[in-house]
Amino acid sequence: MKEKKFTITDDTGIHARPATLLVNKAGQYEAHIEMHYNGKTVNLKSIMGVMSLGVPKGAEIVVTADGSDEEQALQGVEETIKEHLGE
Amino acid sequence: MVKVRTQDLLDQFKLELVAGKDGVHREIFTSDISRPGIEMTGYFKYYPKDRLQLLGKTELSYYHDLTTTERKDRAVNLCTDITPGIVITRGMDIPEELIEACNQSGVPLMRSPYKTTRVVSRLTNYLEAKFAPFTAMHGVLVDIYGVGVLITGQSGVGKSETALELVKRGHRLVADDSVEIRQEDYDRLIGNAPPLIEHLLEIRGLGIINVMTLFGAGSVRSFKRITLIINLEAWDQKKQYDRLGLEEETMKIIDVDIPKVIVPVRPGRNLAVIIEVAAMNFRLKRMGVNAAEEFSERLTTMIEKEKSSLDSEFD
Repeated sequence: MKEKKFTITDDTGIHARPATLLVNKAGQYEAHIEMHYNGKTVNLKSIMGVMSLGVPKGAEIVVTADGSDEEQALQGVEETIKEHLGE
Repeated sequence: MVKVRTQDLLDQFKLELVAGKDGVHREIFTSDISRPGIEMTGYFKYYPKDRLQLLGKTELSYYHDLTTTERKDRAVNLCTDITPGIVITRGMDIPEELIEACNQSGVPLMRSPYKTTRVVSRLTNYLEAKFAPFTAMHGVLVDIYGVGVLITGQSGVGKSETALELVKRGHRLVADDSVEIRQEDYDRLIGNAPPLIEHLLEIRGLGIINVMTLFGAGSVRSFKRITLIINLEAWDQKKQYDRLGLEEETMKIIDVDIPKVIVPVRPGRNLAVIIEVAAMNFRLKRMGVNAAEEFSERLTTMIEKEKSSLDSEFD
């Protein structure tokens, strides 16, 4: 299992559209990918789950990937986050 | 973990704050409530000072019988720096000494108009719910004929579509995609939707739809006890699926084992109907009717009969 920490810098936080991008990216991989924020864990392939967290700007999130392509999955998610959401 | 403060009790219940308002932000760490009866006699060795204290008729009338110095001493001992609050029941008059001690130490002193047993049970219920173990799961929770069914499975397997069909058939949606689950007591799991996505369902190709406005108030529920898990998974040729229904599999969520059924998904299988029947069959089993077991018994009798007629032929 791999994990990585990110900070959301986008002003709107993880809003509907960026959440869609993130979930679509995660859906491309076999690995089980989860996002942890504020003591809650959601499946990163589930749009409602990700949005239900209501992650604001400045929040720290942890993404974990578990499975055969976990490395690529985490890299893909990282690219999407860096491009649209934060660092 | 949620934080519960004395202020939350004041907001939630019909409590009157009599003294010690400096301490309303004190945190409550346990759902246990203490009734300091023996402490009134002066024995504070095992005084559970971190709990909410409740003074009923017995405690207070004993307190009234004490001398002024004793009353002062007990009040000071009751009000420690971590005591989250003292509740007086039955709307009784509060002795001066107690008010004074509470104001000095900042222990909120509250008064309820209700009977002691009533107050104890309501406070305990509230605190237990707040301190209940909590988790979130990926899945859809639907109330089918009164059975809380948690539909789980990989992303894209068709959980939300199945939920939509179930709602269309008159069942109620509790939560889509992400279910917040808390354990009440030792054997009850209660699921609800995260507030942000309550009543919403995400269907690929349609986007987010509001089930309550589309199908009416009768199509949703805000929470439901989970009694059955149905795991949807892509049909695997090599895997053995349950053909009889004699064995009951379970899955553990927090500390509770919940019966689980694995339903393989294949194009053309009407999942909503299968899940509906699974829920009905589950109810039937709990009422004592088990089709699989009854069949198995019938088969046993039949085989025995055949055997005895075979034996008699050889006699």
